[in-house]
Amino acid sequence: MNILVCISNVPDTTSKITFTADHTALNTTGIQYIINPYDEIALSRAIDLTEGGDGKVTVINVGDAATEATIRKALAIGAHEAVRVDAAPRDAWFVAHQIADYAKNHSFDLILTGRESIDFNGTQVAAYVGELLGIPSVSTAKRVDIEGNKATVEREIEGGKEVLSVPLPLVVGTAEGVAEPRIPNMRGIMSARTKPLEVIPPVSVPELSRIVSYGSPEPRGSVTLVDAGEVEKLVDLLHNKARVI
Amino acid sequence: MSVLVYTEHTEGKFKKSAYEVVSYAKAIADLMSTTVTAVSIGNVDSAELAALGNYGASRVLHVSSEQLTQFVNQAYASVIAAAAEHTQADVVVISNTFSGKGLAPRVAAKLDAALADGAVELPEVDGNTLKVKKTAFSGKAFAVTELTAPKKVVALNPNAFEVRETGGSAEVDAFTPDIPTDDLQVVIQDIVRATDKVTLPDAEIVVSAGRGLKGPENWGMIEELADALGAATACSKPVSDAGWRPHSEHVGQTGIAVSPNLYIAIGISGAIQHLAGVSASKTIVVINKDPDAPFFKVADYGIVGDAFEVVPKLTAAIKAYKGN
Repeated sequence: MNILVCISNVPDTTSKITFTADHTALNTTGIQYIINPYDEIALSRAIDLTEGGDGKVTVINVGDAATEATIRKALAIGAHEAVRVDAAPRDAWFVAHQIADYAKNHSFDLILTGRESIDFNGTQVAAYVGELLGIPSVSTAKRVDIEGNKATVEREIEGGKEVLSVPLPLVVGTAEGVAEPRIPNMRGIMSARTKPLEVIPPVSVPELSRIVSYGSPEPRGSVTLVDAGEVEKLVDLLHNKARVI
Repeated sequence: MSVLVYTEHTEGKFKKSAYEVVSYAKAIADLMSTTVTAVSIGNVDSAELAALGNYGASRVLHVSSEQLTQFVNQAYASVIAAAAEHTQADVVVISNTFSGKGLAPRVAAKLDAALADGAVELPEVDGNTLKVKKTAFSGKAFAVTELTAPKKVVALNPNAFEVRETGGSAEVDAFTPDIPTDDLQVVIQDIVRATDKVTLPDAEIVVSAGRGLKGPENWGMIEELADALGAATACSKPVSDAGWRPHSEHVGQTGIAVSPNLYIAIGISGAIQHLAGVSASKTIVVINKDPDAPFFKVADYGIVGDAFEVVPKLTAAIKAYKGN
């Protein structure tokens, strides 16, 4: 079982998100970066699937040298080797091309990625990579099991789930439930330093879109407090003032 | 030049998110001085299809095939791309549902189109480019993406655009594109649907609870309040991590982002990760016994009090109001 796990380097979930004065870039002052939490689930599942067998887990990241701390963390968690495509991750279309191009020349049975990154929330990479490679993809999976050359995947749908049987090779975007996130142990941390990390140049991809500005949600007015003994007043406000019931 | 919209259905019936995307496509078409064609795949009766005209579609392409009775993203993407070419569409609109998310990138790749997902407003049309406002940083911010490629795919968030009835009726035509056999490798073994409940991502009212509830045995009162309001239930991350509630109910930065008209948060302190998932809610009510809970800072209405006392009273008051 040869598995490729795509990881992105994102601001920690506790980060307060602000932008530069001209609203064109993230203000990175004081921001700590982590492995995208959904990618960590993908990586943990890949390790579950290869543990004790002769499988291999390769992680791929598209980013500049600053993302190497995140890649080493993935190696410490248990990936066997890593590849960094040396380019800024411009958008999901660009990233998916880099992953597909690398995967084309290596025979992976399974490509896993988080269902979305918590910075741009695209949910795009899994389906893009599947389309670029001409293989099936499942986005927002809640369970991934492999038997022989087939995967059983549960995917989330509105108000329920679908159970799919899909032949390998396959791309899956993983959500919560697929695996318990693994924490690196001391042995993992020590060995991560010496595991192979290959740096490769990007392939060129035409630009189809670009982000022109960022903003923050409008702040709400101050809260109207209602006394705990007067819940009828809240019902009245929701009906007559907010008009939501 | 035209606008194509894919209308997703559940067992032959369109849901509100389908009418939202048709209304949204119509509004974009008006800005571009063109018309909207809808494409629907699978078993839907002709009256249901023609009724899409009431939301602004002038024509509906219906693809009915034995192979396509259930959603397979690869095959559905081929059909939608074929429909886009057939109608010479420059803009394809898809609802950003779970299925839509697995579909939109494939459609965009097939058409060499630019993709904006998570759209929350009508785009600005400027010559041949579209500027789309979308959510970013899991609800902590938004980004404006300029789509410069000749073809564009826009995936609209559910509950972000109002349904607009135009009073028209659409002409329904059969459409029979070729489906590559490679597209049909996925076999659907089972579909499990909770039919008796309002589903979280498209709920107009959400009742959500956190660790303040003390244990899963206390969710009865949350469900009663949700039933009284016709609402979906949700929870915070610590609650789903503890296994008190399923992961599918987890609202927040690493769970589901919701945008209901009314979000009622009970016993949730309001960590930044949770607030990210609810910031698009129109009205937020917070019930918490801690007056310093950060959630009060972003709430529209608040009650400082013990959930175990306040919630049953609120349920009774809602029932009394609905009874009138």
